Amino acid sequence: MKCSNIVTQMQMLLLSTYFLFSPERRTANMAASGGRTVGSFLWKCGNCCFNFNTVSSNLTRQVLSRQLCVSAVLHRKNLAAAGPEKFSEEFIKKQVEEFNIGKRHLANMMGEDPETFTQGDINRSIAYLFPSGLFDKKAKPLMKDTFTKALAVEKHQDRLRGKDLFTQDAKQISLVGSRWLLKEELEELLVETISEHDYARFIQLMERLLSLPYCSVEEDFVQRYRRQLEIQSSKQQVQPLQYDQHGVAYSTGDGRRKTAMGTVLLRDSGSGSISINGTNYVHYFPVLQDREQLMFPLHFMEVLGRFDMQCSVSGGGHSSQAGALRLAISRAMLSFLSEGQVETMRQAGLLTPDPRIKERKKPGQEGARRKFTWKKR
Amino acid sequence: MAYLLPSLPYPTSFANTVYILFFYCIIDCMFVYSMCNSVCVVAQVRPLHGSGCGQQQEAVGMETRPETVSIFRTQENDPACQSEQHLGQYYTVPASHFHTVFPHGLPPRYQQQVKTFNEGCVMVRQPALELISHLKRADYINPTLRYLLYGVKGSGKTMSLCHAVHYCSTQGWLVLHIPDAHLWVKNCKELLPSSYHASRFDQPIQASNWLRNFRTTNEHFLSKIKLRQRYVWTKRESTEEGRPLGELVDMGVSRVKSSSDVVGAVLKELRLQAGGTEGGFRLAVAVDGVNGLWGRTTLKKEDKSPVAPEELTLVHNLRKMINNDWCGGAVIATLSQTGSLYAPSSAYLPQELLGEEGFDSMDPFIPVPVSLYSEKEFESCYLYYLDHIHFHHWLQHPHSQTEEGKKELIFLSNRNPSVLERLCAFL
Repeated sequence: MKCSNIVTQMQMLLLSTYFLFSPERRTANMAASGGRTVGSFLWKCGNCCFNFNTVSSNLTRQVLSRQLCVSAVLHRKNLAAAGPEKFSEEFIKKQVEEFNIGKRHLANMMGEDPETFTQGDINRSIAYLFPSGLFDKKAKPLMKDTFTKALAVEKHQDRLRGKDLFTQDAKQISLVGSRWLLKEELEELLVETISEHDYARFIQLMERLLSLPYCSVEEDFVQRYRRQLEIQSSKQQVQPLQYDQHGVAYSTGDGRRKTAMGTVLLRDSGSGSISINGTNYVHYFPVLQDREQLMFPLHFMEVLGRFDMQCSVSGGGHSSQAGALRLAISRAMLSFLSEGQVETMRQAGLLTPDPRIKERKKPGQEGARRKFTWKKR
Repeated sequence: MAYLLPSLPYPTSFANTVYILFFYCIIDCMFVYSMCNSVCVVAQVRPLHGSGCGQQQEAVGMETRPETVSIFRTQENDPACQSEQHLGQYYTVPASHFHTVFPHGLPPRYQQQVKTFNEGCVMVRQPALELISHLKRADYINPTLRYLLYGVKGSGKTMSLCHAVHYCSTQGWLVLHIPDAHLWVKNCKELLPSSYHASRFDQPIQASNWLRNFRTTNEHFLSKIKLRQRYVWTKRESTEEGRPLGELVDMGVSRVKSSSDVVGAVLKELRLQAGGTEGGFRLAVAVDGVNGLWGRTTLKKEDKSPVAPEELTLVHNLRKMINNDWCGGAVIATLSQTGSLYAPSSAYLPQELLGEEGFDSMDPFIPVPVSLYSEKEFESCYLYYLDHIHFHHWLQHPHSQTEEGKKELIFLSNRNPSVLERLCAFL
């Protein structure tokens, strides 16, 4: 801002005149005229505070800013009450005269012609007299190192593009079947305790690394921090098929749900007849939902009319018996199916025993969750 | 018509695809101009079977022309003319006959279905055909033959009975149709001590209801049959000899108090006159749920002691009817577990449901077993419901039109007719 520049300049100017004038040269006149003016300048500018005001003419701006600075300092408390300052013409003229005198002094100091001392000369002389560290290259704000590195990378890429050597290599690290290290495992690896935030940050950074184009270069590094997941289906024990005297394949399976236990004897090349505890399944499970549960494993593997089933079930209610039989049927069907089909069945949830059981009743409550009726008093 | 195109689970050859497209063009034409549903000639729904099911092709027929008669309907609406070739096909009971022949005999779900579809279609099945052939061949000079339809729950016993009743009514027999004998042994609000016999109980409401329905069914007989005996109802009322039966029936309907005795009188008259040479008519006694006549009732006397079935007038008279000491007619009965009292749900054989006493009374009888749908019958039923997509949007789920859906239906219902009907009701 020009006014602040001018103010600083004034400040410097006055200071310089004060210091440069040796005491012996200070005659009364000098002191009276030059010193007073310089002193008044010093006084005015010494306690200045920067004020930004938009006045059209350069000179008035300088004068006004000086005046405002002074008035703001002197009448700080009454600034709001005072309102905008009004300056008299006489005062303005006086300030301008003082500025011109100071300018002539500065020209004298610099050994230049006072008549042709321009504003640019004033700036240069002040910069010479008071070298400021503000404009030094080392004082400029520096950006952090990572960004410079990124910039360097970008520059490199641009150079490659210029030479047509830049290829988007889309080779990705295969992450299927592995997971990141857990916090405990990482702590073990690095032999130091890690906070949750640190761990989260670590995962974040690794994910970011993986999102970059050439991440496959650092595959070893990344794989060091990943663990393989065990393939679940390989844990499934599939019993071999058994053959009865007529050469018909059969297999058994059993399942449990809640309190019901069911066993199933599945026979191949049948017509889709099912008997449960000796009775027909339509008769045993009059509810449609239960029959749908029985149908689900067969329908899923599309073998609806192929098997004959002899089931026996006990315990529980009708729904849990149906669930137990469904699990038993799925398990019995495993022997007839291939590996891939076993995997699809496992993913469909047909081979998982349902872990839900009746929740325990707690003391002080009427049931497992139900509380006693709350009475206000 | 894209919505009707089923997703076939197997790769189709070019020829098949062409055939399917050709077929669908035909269906389009059919749909446009065949709007009346009583005479619908729907081409067979070929793609559902697929070319892989060889055995079903013979059952379905080899027609490829557009004017084929559909394989699940037949135009032969007269039960007398139906034979084995019509097995598994639906015939329509003419709407005019419907309410006179079956005012009260049909299963309730079937009545709803009739109302929805606006037509009464009955499937021609083996037990009914067997029964009708027996009825045709029997000679009516000997004492009456008793036929007993039995089978698992929902296998179609009542419908077979109704089929036989339709045959009898078309042949001009007098039909005595008791819709459900169980209705007479349970849920009776009013139990009056009988005026005729001291230890018996009357059921006025049930009796008058039945008389009303009887009147609807057999209008034309009521004026022809004359009473042979004088009946005295109260000190002031009596019905003279020689009066037409219709008068008796009207009296029974209007005078509710003595309706049970009127029923007894009607039955007695019919029994006497059935095989008669002059103005003789054949009498068909159709009783549904005949096992209710023996066994226990849920009714109680005023002193909270249970009422035995013999102590009910209606039951007593009906038992006399079922005895084979009269001639000139037939007794067709079905066992029913559904409405029965104190019978386990797994029981369906005559011995179990009739009990000792009932079995002895019914013995000798001709048992007619009613089984679940065979493959062909299931096919027909399935196509019948499917057909109603075009007109009534019955089987709406698109999956039900595919082969997979059909297999699911087979599994879930195990080809039990009533279960299948219930399944398709909300599909």
